[in-house]
Amino acid sequence: MSLELRNVTKRVGAETHIHATSLSLDVGVFNILLGATSAGKSTLIKLMAGLEKPTTGEVWVDGQNVTGLSTQKRQISLVHQFFVNYPHMTVFENIASPLRVAGIPKSEIAGRVEEAANILQLGPMLKRYPDELSGGQQQRTALARAIVKESKAIFLDEPLANLDYKLREELREQLPDLLAGRGTVVVYATSEPTEALLLGGNTALVHEGRITQFGPTAETYRTPANIDSAMVFSDPPINLAPVTKQGNEMHMGTQVKWAVSGEVAGLADGPYTVGIRPHYVTPTLPKAPSIPLSGIVQITELSGSESVAHLSLGDQKWVSIAPGVHSYQLGQEHEFHMIPGQCFYFAPDETLVARGAGAHG
Amino acid sequence: MKRRAWIPIIYILFLMVPIYWLVVMSLKTTNEILGGFSLFPQELTFDSYRIIFSDPTWYWGYINSISYVTLNTVISLAAALPAAYAFSRYRFMGDKHLFFWLLTNRMAPAVVFALPFFQLYSAVGLFDTYLAVALAHCLFNIPLSVWILEGFMSSVPKELDETAYVDGYSFPMFFVKIFLPSIKAGVGVAAFFCFMFSWVELLLAKTLTAIYAKPIAAVMTRTASSAGYELGLLAAAGVLTIIPGAIVIYFVRNYIARGFAMGRV
Repeated sequence: MSLELRNVTKRVGAETHIHATSLSLDVGVFNILLGATSAGKSTLIKLMAGLEKPTTGEVWVDGQNVTGLSTQKRQISLVHQFFVNYPHMTVFENIASPLRVAGIPKSEIAGRVEEAANILQLGPMLKRYPDELSGGQQQRTALARAIVKESKAIFLDEPLANLDYKLREELREQLPDLLAGRGTVVVYATSEPTEALLLGGNTALVHEGRITQFGPTAETYRTPANIDSAMVFSDPPINLAPVTKQGNEMHMGTQVKWAVSGEVAGLADGPYTVGIRPHYVTPTLPKAPSIPLSGIVQITELSGSESVAHLSLGDQKWVSIAPGVHSYQLGQEHEFHMIPGQCFYFAPDETLVARGAGAHG
Repeated sequence: MKRRAWIPIIYILFLMVPIYWLVVMSLKTTNEILGGFSLFPQELTFDSYRIIFSDPTWYWGYINSISYVTLNTVISLAAALPAAYAFSRYRFMGDKHLFFWLLTNRMAPAVVFALPFFQLYSAVGLFDTYLAVALAHCLFNIPLSVWILEGFMSSVPKELDETAYVDGYSFPMFFVKIFLPSIKAGVGVAAFFCFMFSWVELLLAKTLTAIYAKPIAAVMTRTASSAGYELGLLAAAGVLTIIPGAIVIYFVRNYIARGFAMGRV
């Protein structure tokens, strides 16, 4: 099985929701669509599912052009962010509904529903109505309805976003096993970079209606092809600053400079944009070689056991994330350490041209 | 009992007085009604009811009323359901204006439309039929139903539609098997209001009928004038007129509250 978008665009009125996009998704891996809210992930899913018709371009499934085919005939499954179940049907009837519509004999339905329900631990809930279930159970019902039928593709549109933390972790662990070996194309939309990294597979980065990069998740993370990709696949967004290369040195403003080696040294002299993830800008001296820079701390927050500081470096707004609790004085200048080896360098056309020697993301 | 509890009790008693008086009157003879003041019937009689249920002029009034009211409710909902769905699910040119314009239809007094309807229906041969009254009442009931149903439909997420299509439901199947059950409260409320407005509307119903489709309220006035003032009979007819409404309210009582909460009723 495979699913392909060929030069698909979607315009609504004068607005372009999806710019020309080509994407080929395979079976057997998680295909993740990662992007901020309203970046176009849901629209892409709707285009693939046939819930919206592309303005131009084609959708192919298994070597067949299905652009004109209605959703009903595409044999797909879809799980929404909001727990969507049929409110007047019991959990059993909910899970059974796609089978009933497909005209599968009653004797077979009962078995298959029970199997799907057991996989998702809904066995004891079959006689209940959706509004008598917890959020997690409701979403599991929706998942059961998605896996009970044989579908060519399963679309999961931020299925865990509305669940509480613990349930989310639990279900996220189950999902890959649940969908593995089903022979369906799995498309999973999320707005959280961490979730994409946890799920692995392939990731397509979606930014303002464009796919900026598509490839194996870890590789996409380690090698952002351009600034947009780096921004999307970093939470909080990657720190950026203009730099100038002169000989074997990078100059950031007039104060900060660092020596470069390896592929970065091979770049032609001139202006570049440097990108560095927030956790490589720390208030404490890291083990890796680093250079000091001072920034004025504007906002601080504690995120779990990490200290997050928003600082201004001249014109640039940067973010630093460091493990442990650090106390900053707001409005005061603090010294931070940045690891040049973790930097990404982007050419003026915003494409990645070189990575620091130790850049693994 | 707490003093505060007396206030609603007094209020409810106050509201019940006319209904109580109507019921008491229907159980008295006309002589007793005219004879003086009594809280309870001195000579309990069911004659008035017996007359209504045995005289075709009377009971046909009820049959006529219920017929055109039911017909109206069915037509109104059949027209309003697709319209409300369109307003709730699609954006099209002028949709907001059209939606508001629908409601403005309710602002004109019914009497304005009595003459054009009378002339039009006489010309096309619809005069004195159930359909005539039912269609005339649609003028008020369809906009109201669209308005109510749109509110209920918009509270159902569009994702439900999408989920059903993905599951393989065709649009008609989805609408009947998934969507209607999801908004059954709204359908109940809309049907209730159609029923109520059509049931109590007298002017158009009287103007557009003569013999065969004459509503009960018209029967009441005519019979009363021809046979002197048979107050007991009139009161019994009045009681029987309240009953269908009471039954309908009983069935939709839980939904009405939601209808009000939706801010559309």
